[in-house]
Amino acid sequence: MQGKAWYKYLLSLPPMAYLLIFFAAPTFIMLFASFRYAGEYGGLAPWYLHEGGRLTLDLTLENWQRLLETDIYLRLFLRSIGYAVATTLLCMVMGYPLALMIARSGRKHRDLLLLLVILPFWSNFLVRIYAWMIIFSPAGALTRMINGALELLGMGSVTLMYSPTAMLVCLVYVHLPFMVLPLYANLEKHDLDLLDAAQDLGAGKWRRFWLITWPLSLPGITAGSILVFIPVLGMFAIPDLLGGTNGIMIGNVIKQQFMESRDWPFGSVLSMVLTVTAVAVVLLGSRLGARREGR
Amino acid sequence: MEITALLEIVDVSRHFDDFVALDKVSLRIEAGEFFTLLGPSGCGKTTLLRLLAGFDQPDGGDILLDDKSIISAPPEQRPLHTIFQNYALFPHMTVAENIGFPLRMAGCAKKDIQARVSEALENVRLPDKARHYPDALSGGQKQRIAIARALVNRPRLLLLDEPLSALDAKLREQMQIELINLQKDIGITFIYVTHDQGEALALSHRIAVMDQGRIVQVDVPERLYGFPNSRFVADFIGKCNLLEGNVREQQGNSVTVELDGLGPVHVCRSETKCVAGSRCALTLRPEKIRIAANVSPTEDESHFSGSVHDMLYLGDVTVYIVALSNGLLLEALLANSASGRTNFFEVGDSVEVAWSCDAGHLVLE
Amino acid sequence: MRKKNVLLWLSAALVYLFLYLPLVIVVVFSFNDSKLNAEWVGFTWKWYGKLLHNREMLGAAMNSLIIATVSAGVATILGTLAGMAMSQYRLRLLQLLVLAPIAMPEILMGVSLLVLFILVNMTLGLMSIMLAHITFCIGFVALSVQARMSSMDPALVEAARDLGASPWRCFREITLPLLMPGILAGALMAFTLSIDDFVITFFTAGVGSSTLPLQIYSMVKIAVTPEVNAVSTLLMLLTLVVITAASRLSPTIFRGE
Repeated sequence: MQGKAWYKYLLSLPPMAYLLIFFAAPTFIMLFASFRYAGEYGGLAPWYLHEGGRLTLDLTLENWQRLLETDIYLRLFLRSIGYAVATTLLCMVMGYPLALMIARSGRKHRDLLLLLVILPFWSNFLVRIYAWMIIFSPAGALTRMINGALELLGMGSVTLMYSPTAMLVCLVYVHLPFMVLPLYANLEKHDLDLLDAAQDLGAGKWRRFWLITWPLSLPGITAGSILVFIPVLGMFAIPDLLGGTNGIMIGNVIKQQFMESRDWPFGSVLSMVLTVTAVAVVLLGSRLGARREGR
Repeated sequence: MEITALLEIVDVSRHFDDFVALDKVSLRIEAGEFFTLLGPSGCGKTTLLRLLAGFDQPDGGDILLDDKSIISAPPEQRPLHTIFQNYALFPHMTVAENIGFPLRMAGCAKKDIQARVSEALENVRLPDKARHYPDALSGGQKQRIAIARALVNRPRLLLLDEPLSALDAKLREQMQIELINLQKDIGITFIYVTHDQGEALALSHRIAVMDQGRIVQVDVPERLYGFPNSRFVADFIGKCNLLEGNVREQQGNSVTVELDGLGPVHVCRSETKCVAGSRCALTLRPEKIRIAANVSPTEDESHFSGSVHDMLYLGDVTVYIVALSNGLLLEALLANSASGRTNFFEVGDSVEVAWSCDAGHLVLE
Repeated sequence: MRKKNVLLWLSAALVYLFLYLPLVIVVVFSFNDSKLNAEWVGFTWKWYGKLLHNREMLGAAMNSLIIATVSAGVATILGTLAGMAMSQYRLRLLQLLVLAPIAMPEILMGVSLLVLFILVNMTLGLMSIMLAHITFCIGFVALSVQARMSSMDPALVEAARDLGASPWRCFREITLPLLMPGILAGALMAFTLSIDDFVITFFTAGVGSSTLPLQIYSMVKIAVTPEVNAVSTLLMLLTLVVITAASRLSPTIFRGE
């Protein structure tokens, strides 16, 4: 049909232009910013100097060198990855039975069950964190119950708030739907005849799961894992409210650099590290996914 | 209604990267014809139809309607409509709105549209479905609505892209009869695409057999069946036995062929021009072969002996696969018209086969 | 032959409990006649009352609504264009640009936009927040529209052209009405995402403007009263209504991702 070319551009150029300006450009600007000096009052210093009528570049590698000066940032980074991995695994363990149950339910119930999984997710992010703050608060019923039990056993009391446990629970809580939905989308497409055939050939319940359902669901697991891992990596609100001093993650430090210390170049460096990690994880995940399909 | 159209397809070619979909195809389609494009999947028939409708552009050649080229016209400006395989009824419009759509696009007055839609619904005998939505209709009903929609503004030509393939066998037969009657009543030219040779034979005035982007033979059904011009057509249309051999001599309409491993055979009233010594094949339809324990051949008949290799009981007929002395398997048909026992032969029986000298047709390609 | 696996159902039920219990607690305590979220004292509406007189809160709520409406509107237009393009053509760059904001941690978008805005000397306020929200909402609308368009029978558009519709009329009469559920669902999602957004808004809001999530954040950090519970409950109610509407329009929207 005629006029195909201009139609294609009419459709794709406006969103592309917008995203190039407001998504791609800022990313490159930040990459560039990581090589600049910090401004006197915070922010960024100019990237060129006007010396005697000539323009010279005023860039530096010192921001990047700072990363490697101490092992603080390495530990910070590893801690963030640790939380991300832990959250992903817990979401997998909790989310799989849920996704499986919904996928195996009758048509009528499925939409409702899915909606029930999604609804908490659509409540405000902070509200969900706040809910756990209530639950974990020292004055709250849960803490008092646990401490009461511990006292009976002769052990000292614990504070649930501002602990890795609290953070982990909240992280899982917030990201669970991200694991359930892609997993469900995958499980729903499984051909149940395969399971019947396997049963017919003598495989018991657990073997049917391990040999058929699990391998077929791996693409869903991969997708869900990426959707959990990456946001957790960049989290700052949850550590900020529930994590305490030991719960600080990369996100917190980035926030600090940009809002409080106003050391933007260093903040940019950290952001770049986070970006590269996230991109690497996505590429790894899609490589794994592609390999499996290709088999 | 007197609607005439003359469509001329001249040397039309279309290729996609390396794949040649159509190779210099030429056809003339008369007004009022039921013309069918027949061929296996990938032969180019649907590609050609899409070029006629305007959804694609040919890489070479021209298409003329009433002696005027329509290649540069977009689909909405061509005075022809398409019936799609899956009906393509607009799901968000009622049946009446669907049928009225082309009239609305042409700018007809509301009152006119209402009147003509009612008339169209009467013609396809679904007057009470006006307010319904397409998903409430059965397959056959959807097909009739699609046809009503395509005919409501009286196009010159109707293009039908395997419209009956989604229906089950019984319904398909009904719709085939309806289509024939519809075409006769309205007199509009149909260009029909199908891969089902039986359907083509039943419906068409003329058939163009296509293979790999080329037209192989264009003819009326009887001649395609009785006088195929190549092994491909002989094999594609109906069941056919192909007996390979060499032309020994030709005198006018009388040809002597030396069949491989079987011996000489006389073909009379042959329409094929043969050259002595060239390779050829004798095409023989199963129903033209006589089969008996003792066949008592007449002067005009060729006969050979063999044994029953296989048989297929089909209810009205039984197919016997006979192994001849050269190993060739010949398919013969016997109608089960006699009363009582219907199995004349068993597997392994010795039998003789015979056919008259004008029963077969020679092909050279 | 498919027996209901009791273990499966039980573990699923526990997860549902896990998902809803905290939210129930928040809602319940919003009616609690006590400043502490510790024990149930008595039923009261007073926190909701206080909310209605809280100027800051009301201002923030108004900001959130304005931002969400405008952002959802613009994102819907751009996202619909993108979704249509993505479903019809193979456009690697567009796909990357549209999907990356969804896949990347929000904080990266937040800080990079902050840097951009400051570099061009833009004052941070409602405008900067809206520009940021549009950026991450486009992807969701595009995915919704793309899914809807892919499931549309291409023969319908051809049939319309065949029957006399020009490309523009074809779009108006056939494509747009059939896409509408996907567009609306995407718009509602964008609206909800915008109202709820915290991280990106945090970096692009500047000093003068506040949105509901930012208000909640400062209340939670500084002085927690059950007013927070009350506003949370109201927000949840709003989201519930909007999302139910979206799922009615496009039932498969939540499965595709």
